[in-house]
Amino acid sequence: MTATTHRMPLARPPKVLVTKIGFDGHDRGSRIVAAYLRDAGMEVVYTGPWQEIPFVVNLALEEDVDVIGVSSLATDHLLVPKLMDALREAGLGHIGVIVGGIVPDDEEAVLKDAGVAHVFHAGSSREEIVASIEELVHTVRAQAA
Amino acid sequence: MTAKREPVQLPLPGLDRARAEWRQAYESQVPGEDARSNRSGIPIKPIYGPDDWDGTAYMDGLGYPGQAPFTRGIHPSMHRGRPWSQRQLIGLATPEDYNTRMRGLLDAGVTALSLIPCNSVYRGFDVDEVDIELLGTCGTTVNTVEDMEICLDQIPLDQVSVALNDPSPFTLLALMMAVAKRRGTPWKSLTGTSNQSDYLSHFIANHMFFRLALPGAKRVLMDHIMFMNREAPRWNPISVVGQHMQQGGATPAEAMGLTLSTAIQYANDLVERGLSPDDFLHRFSFFFDISISFFEEIAKFRAGRRVWTSIARDRFGAKDPKTWRFRFHAQTSGVDLTRQQPLNNIARTAVQAIAGIFGGLQSMHTDAWDEVLSTPSDEAARIAVATQNILREEAHLDDVIDPLGGSYYVERLTDQMEEEIRAVIDKIDAAGGMYAAAEAGVVQSMLGDSAMAFQDRVDSGEQTIVGVNKYVVAEDASHRPTLERPPEDVMNAQIARLGRFKAERSSDAVSKASDALVRAANHAEENVFGAIVDAADAGVTHGEICTILRRELGFGQPLVVA
Repeated sequence: MTATTHRMPLARPPKVLVTKIGFDGHDRGSRIVAAYLRDAGMEVVYTGPWQEIPFVVNLALEEDVDVIGVSSLATDHLLVPKLMDALREAGLGHIGVIVGGIVPDDEEAVLKDAGVAHVFHAGSSREEIVASIEELVHTVRAQAA
Repeated sequence: MTAKREPVQLPLPGLDRARAEWRQAYESQVPGEDARSNRSGIPIKPIYGPDDWDGTAYMDGLGYPGQAPFTRGIHPSMHRGRPWSQRQLIGLATPEDYNTRMRGLLDAGVTALSLIPCNSVYRGFDVDEVDIELLGTCGTTVNTVEDMEICLDQIPLDQVSVALNDPSPFTLLALMMAVAKRRGTPWKSLTGTSNQSDYLSHFIANHMFFRLALPGAKRVLMDHIMFMNREAPRWNPISVVGQHMQQGGATPAEAMGLTLSTAIQYANDLVERGLSPDDFLHRFSFFFDISISFFEEIAKFRAGRRVWTSIARDRFGAKDPKTWRFRFHAQTSGVDLTRQQPLNNIARTAVQAIAGIFGGLQSMHTDAWDEVLSTPSDEAARIAVATQNILREEAHLDDVIDPLGGSYYVERLTDQMEEEIRAVIDKIDAAGGMYAAAEAGVVQSMLGDSAMAFQDRVDSGEQTIVGVNKYVVAEDASHRPTLERPPEDVMNAQIARLGRFKAERSSDAVSKASDALVRAANHAEENVFGAIVDAADAGVTHGEICTILRRELGFGQPLVVA
């Protein structure tokens, strides 16, 4: 049951970088989401916490990922607009970026304005996360083609 | 040893027949299997009776509060004579903000303070080293002895107990000791706790904190305990943190077992340093999570006290009964809170808090209902405190000590949790102790598996979460608080102040103290924490101290266990 059943299947599985930038170290959520995506047949590049933006941008380039998932439980989401800028500067503006964790409502708008495709709050379901990312990968690849 | 006690068949006339009749009547109402188990995997029966716990082992396993093995509580009077303290964590943006709030609380009669630093401080940086967006959003920006003087202005350090959320290398404590020295307050009069001193729990389960590679972290903790033991013997230099394990995914039984194994590791390390268990075990304190699994949490705490007594007394041979007492702080679990219908979290927190109180805690932090949405608002923080006051003063939960003691279910469950906890300790012992188990990733795998198993129960609907996988309603978002971030000019002023501080301090004193710290880090016979205190006093900043140690002792990346 995904939103993509009506589409052509993807030529290769979605590739997602799951990471944390900034200071926060709560990684239970990012580990569980990484497992969800692997179970759904996606290729996952997983980093530990505290990554710096230039490292994430380079890794995304080297690994040729479709989507970057940033997990944030303690205000690190405020750095995501800077990540978006850095991706565009590196010519990687086509990569889809999603954020998961604790993001206050009024700051979700800031992230969306910066180009974040989805914000997943606590309690998001496995199906919702997997389906949204599959959909996003179709869009990303269509744009890149 | 009470764990393996076999249920005793009592010669109660008519018991067998009554039980058989009940069983038949029960099964007519609940046909088929209704297998249930708690989060630790212990099967839960529909009823417990004298064949589960008969009281004949009362004096072995329970006794009275204040008596070994302390199952019923560590103090003879428990919450009647030793009320649990309400220790809400407080960290505000600037040192001035923090000081104003603290003095207000002291005027209101509070006798214990806590200090939560900004995440940048946790991660080992000064304000001029990080993205300004992240400054002051979660706690106070404290980098220098001058910042600490402002935080503690007019606060009598010899009269209030201070809980510092101060991971290795304990720079906040070093800054506070420098302030005490400047004021002429003797270190021997300082009381409080180095919270977040448990580097193993950080390495395994909570990556919020600055970290050195494991050997360096071990060295700094040991030096810190030795130094405080000698210079400030009323200070609690170590708080062993089960909370991180449980928040990271461990079941309640695993969290308790892993925490006790961590304490065993630190105690062994101190014995290796030549200390006797009677010199330090009475200063060990613990910090736990309280989940909403109500009876399981109560049994976890009761069993934990019993196991700790046998560790201190039998395993380490400590003679002083003070060392056998399992003192702990607990926090209601944020993992159980939901973003959906968030006011429901007030009910969840109350249930968790009751479990903590019946579990016999010494101090408690109740979470704010909006924690899952943002850093708590003032109103939500007030409700969290009010929850504790309601439970104590309106519901009178402090009237009776260990009120569930003697319940067939709770006693049986306490015995079963004890077995599970001891099994975890045995597993860690077999892996060579907690340090080796953390290094090898054994514990990280255990937590990952348990976190996934719990998530599977939620995803499958086996574990209900109201508003998330059941009873979902269309949301009214109006209850959601909006959050105020500290204005950027306030944080720019902090950065400017740090610049001024660095320009005005004695560069000679700073370079001497920095050199001494480098030397101490490289010479095992020197006390590296003593050198940190001297450096703080000489004007070396928090970030500079962390930079030196990161270079000299090596940085510790988390072990990513897939």
